[in-house]
Amino acid sequence: MNNAIAIASVCIKELYRRKDFYVLFVLSALLTIMAGSGSFFNDVNASRYLKELCLLLIWISALVIAVTTAARQIPAEREQRTIFPLLAKPVSRWELIFGKFLGCWFATGIALVMFYALLALVSGLHEHSWPLLNYFQAMWMQWVMLAIVVAMTILGSIVFAAPSSNSTIILVVVLGILFLGAYLHQLAQGMPQPSQTIATVIYFIIPHLEHFDLRVYVVNDLGLVSWRFIGEEFLLALTYTLFFLYAAWALFRRKALNT
Amino acid sequence: MNTDAPSNAGKKPILQIDNLCVEYRSRESKGGVKRAVNGLTLVVREGEVFGFLGPNGAGKTTTMNVLLGFTNASSGNAFLFGTNVREPIARQRIGYLPELTYYYKFLTAEELLRFYAKIFRIPKSETESRIDAVLKLVELDHARKRLIKTYSKGMQQRAGLAQALINNPDLLILDEPTSGLDPIGRMKVREIIQRLKNEGKTVFFSSHELGEVETICDRVAILNQGELKVEGRVTELVSQYQCNLEQLFLKVIGYQPAS
Repeated sequence: MNNAIAIASVCIKELYRRKDFYVLFVLSALLTIMAGSGSFFNDVNASRYLKELCLLLIWISALVIAVTTAARQIPAEREQRTIFPLLAKPVSRWELIFGKFLGCWFATGIALVMFYALLALVSGLHEHSWPLLNYFQAMWMQWVMLAIVVAMTILGSIVFAAPSSNSTIILVVVLGILFLGAYLHQLAQGMPQPSQTIATVIYFIIPHLEHFDLRVYVVNDLGLVSWRFIGEEFLLALTYTLFFLYAAWALFRRKALNT
Repeated sequence: MNTDAPSNAGKKPILQIDNLCVEYRSRESKGGVKRAVNGLTLVVREGEVFGFLGPNGAGKTTTMNVLLGFTNASSGNAFLFGTNVREPIARQRIGYLPELTYYYKFLTAEELLRFYAKIFRIPKSETESRIDAVLKLVELDHARKRLIKTYSKGMQQRAGLAQALINNPDLLILDEPTSGLDPIGRMKVREIIQRLKNEGKTVFFSSHELGEVETICDRVAILNQGELKVEGRVTELVSQYQCNLEQLFLKVIGYQPAS
């Protein structure tokens, strides 16, 4: 664990010294402030709409940060050959993968905290209400969902060497799950065999990322989601994350690295 | 040929290679398999400076890759301090300097060393004094707070040497440590190896600079086409063959000068 934390800290250090990460972060933060502080004749619906827009922006930005940073970690280590002095030390390949995962996940966590803090501040000043627990639940669930995405991307980076192709594939898969995941079962009913069976199996296998989306609760002030549900989803996310990280390790552990 | 002197018999073997074979797929070879290393057996004992020689493609780097856990052996075994190289803990007491500098360029030398110190679990109380000592040794103390990407090639190579020494290793594996350096840089690296030798450290290094090897090394091994051709004490080999190391090297690899 010590090695994984050390690798994660270097990973975070790299991110905050990169300009592209800053640009995306600052741009999203500015848009959040601008959209969140908009006032349209004290119209409640317009205000909700803007909040929804801000949350969508946070979702997209966090997803892009998570996927693009995780996709380049291991390929960059190999391409820049920094992996050699690192693995020449008492570091196992599992620790490398887990460290990279932790680094990317914490980095997205830091970005999420900043985004939600800005949103809460701006909309709080505007609406004079502070539903902080709602924001916390939405943020936590999004962060937990991003753990699955980061683990999936790291697995993808072992399979596809080019970060751009990996990022594209993962983004398509994630967006596909987010938009179609909930309806796949219903869609399967109208399909001929064997497509129906395949679609049904996929429905039961895929991580249902849409379950982690609590934006509607925040936008419509629907109150808190049960903590039991949050706990169950966390355990589910943990299972998927560990599965993807294990698969990444299984593929990577015997891979020859030639200097 | 093996001329491992009887005087070495009492010293502990630090690096041990038993009948090592490394094969990889190759379309150019018969049966689609090429043997990069063929039945290599070698012992390096405590306190020795061992030169690992051979022309390009002889199998030196492949052997080092196995020792460092980057590549898996097809058959045979390799041990560092009696532990199989497949175990990451085998690398706890070694320092490795790759041929070219591959370090995190977004870190300063100080940060890089702090990161590796953490990997080696060097206590925090000792870390700073170790960093001071190695940076002074490689004469990079003045540039410790500069990003590695701003270093010259020679400085990067010395930063590499510093990271290889951070854990005060008992065995140093150096892959062509002076390649690409100017004469002053080479001299500095040579002085450092000499100093380590005087401190009783074991050094295993590959080089094409045979004059340098003859000066520094206690023993050498010459590889050609994956097979060990000659192994022994430099002084004994030179007197036995009545020629210098360079001439011996050319003889062993079967080099025929153009008439």
